[in-house]
Amino acid sequence: MNAPTYNFAYLDEQTKRMIRRAILKAIAIPGYQVPFASREMPMPYGWGTGGVQVTAAILGPQDVLKVIDQGSDDTTNAISIRKFFGKTAGVETTTSTTDATVIQTRHRIPEAPLHAGQVLVYQVPIPEPLRFLEPRETETRRMHALAEYGLMHVKLYEDIARFGHIATAYAYPVKVNARYVMDPSPTPKFDNPKMDNCPALQLFGAGREKRIYAIPPYTTVVSLDFEDHPFTRYRFDAPCALCGAADSYLDEIVTDDKGGRMFVCSDTDFCEQRQAAGHHGALSAAPHKEKAHV
Amino acid sequence: MSELSRLDNDQPLLVAEGLAKNYGQLAACRDVSFSLYPGEVLAIVGESGSGKSTLLQLLSAQLAPSAGCVSYRMRDGVLRDLADLGEAERRFLFRTDWGYVHQDPAQGLRMAVSAGANVGERLMAVGWNHYGRIRDTASTWLERVEIDVGRIDDAPKTYSGGMRQRLQIARNLVTEPRLVFMDEPTGGLDVSVQARLLDLMRNLVSELGLAAIIVTHDLAVARLLSHRVMVMKGGRVIETGLTDQVLDDPREPYTQLLVSSILPP
Repeated sequence: MNAPTYNFAYLDEQTKRMIRRAILKAIAIPGYQVPFASREMPMPYGWGTGGVQVTAAILGPQDVLKVIDQGSDDTTNAISIRKFFGKTAGVETTTSTTDATVIQTRHRIPEAPLHAGQVLVYQVPIPEPLRFLEPRETETRRMHALAEYGLMHVKLYEDIARFGHIATAYAYPVKVNARYVMDPSPTPKFDNPKMDNCPALQLFGAGREKRIYAIPPYTTVVSLDFEDHPFTRYRFDAPCALCGAADSYLDEIVTDDKGGRMFVCSDTDFCEQRQAAGHHGALSAAPHKEKAHV
Repeated sequence: MSELSRLDNDQPLLVAEGLAKNYGQLAACRDVSFSLYPGEVLAIVGESGSGKSTLLQLLSAQLAPSAGCVSYRMRDGVLRDLADLGEAERRFLFRTDWGYVHQDPAQGLRMAVSAGANVGERLMAVGWNHYGRIRDTASTWLERVEIDVGRIDDAPKTYSGGMRQRLQIARNLVTEPRLVFMDEPTGGLDVSVQARLLDLMRNLVSELGLAAIIVTHDLAVARLLSHRVMVMKGGRVIETGLTDQVLDDPREPYTQLLVSSILPP
């Protein structure tokens, strides 16, 4: 069903062409932040206006859309963006990672491996990895242009000096295609290795900051580190309480005020698929109770 | 090696020819020419508004001259016009072979990151990628500028003025530059701290064989640190010569006035 007063996928065709040109440029220069004329969207900044514009520009009638927020398909942000495109583009939506052709994400990369032909669209709040050390935009642009990235290591140095290890746990800086240093949006660093040599196209949209950048399929993505403090992933040392997965990224959920807590997969689709396949965790007494009234 | 360095010392490190800078009608700097040799310390003295700082900015390629040129002998021994260097080369020069000590340490330091990272930044910028080695080098340099190594993880905003200035010097010298520009390095410090800083700078300059260009209005600083003095007035160099010669036997009336205005000890 296409809402009659809107163009397909909400944005007008001229805007989509402008965004597509920015996307093409971003793909041609992996990791480079391409400025674009970000539009007002019918949602506040910070809710994924950049990601929504990128999705709107690449969506076709045959696409199958999945939207996740912190790995979850059923939080407010994910549901409202999914509904938005269901209404304005009439595309099929799904929660399955493997069935989707376009996945818009906030802060996670799905656990299930992505395959060729898929597009992962990230919502990015602050695209500039050097921002917190160098507040001047003119200066950071020059630093990117001249590949002066010593400052990025200053941040990692500070982490080690203060905490004894690289304490940056999300938005962990990466070097794309051995050239541009990039902020992978606030995904946990657990997900960083998934970006390297990924068969899917990865697009990043920052609506407020008006930047689009990209990692083309099968591109080298290296997390920055020191020789004597190499990059490590981080994960709570527990299996998922619902599906028992020992290799997925976990959310910590406080269950009472006596210190009780449980760890569950942050990727709800991954967790549900595993439960459906018969995997159980310590607390999965009624795994499909919620699913009953979908 | 020795032949090369002997060759180096015979040739100027930095050559300024007919440098001028106009701001509209105002000629901030007029027809300045000189050569600076490796290991030589040159002081530029003069009152406020005489064009000292403008000249320093011209020499360090932070400002484009209205006329004239500055050439610098690169590490490969070739004398090159700074205006012909690409921006990348110029910036590389600035953070490896040159140092720049600002009057206000807040301009030369990252006030919110630790002292260790401040000193290590230049090393990381030239590709050092080993935390332990960066930290060791930073500690060594903090010791050399007489900062307690126990404060390596403190941010310079917790440091006193004198410590900040010494930290700024360490940050600049860590890549072993051959030329250091200093803009009023002792400005705003009290007399005893100044004395300590001057003593430290004099030792470092002679130990490392640094060439330095020091802008100052304080003739005592010039006398203590420099081999040669240039006196500026109204954008022109009015007198130049060996430090003791200029300060003990000034020729120009203005220099005589400057020298006589120092209170006798």
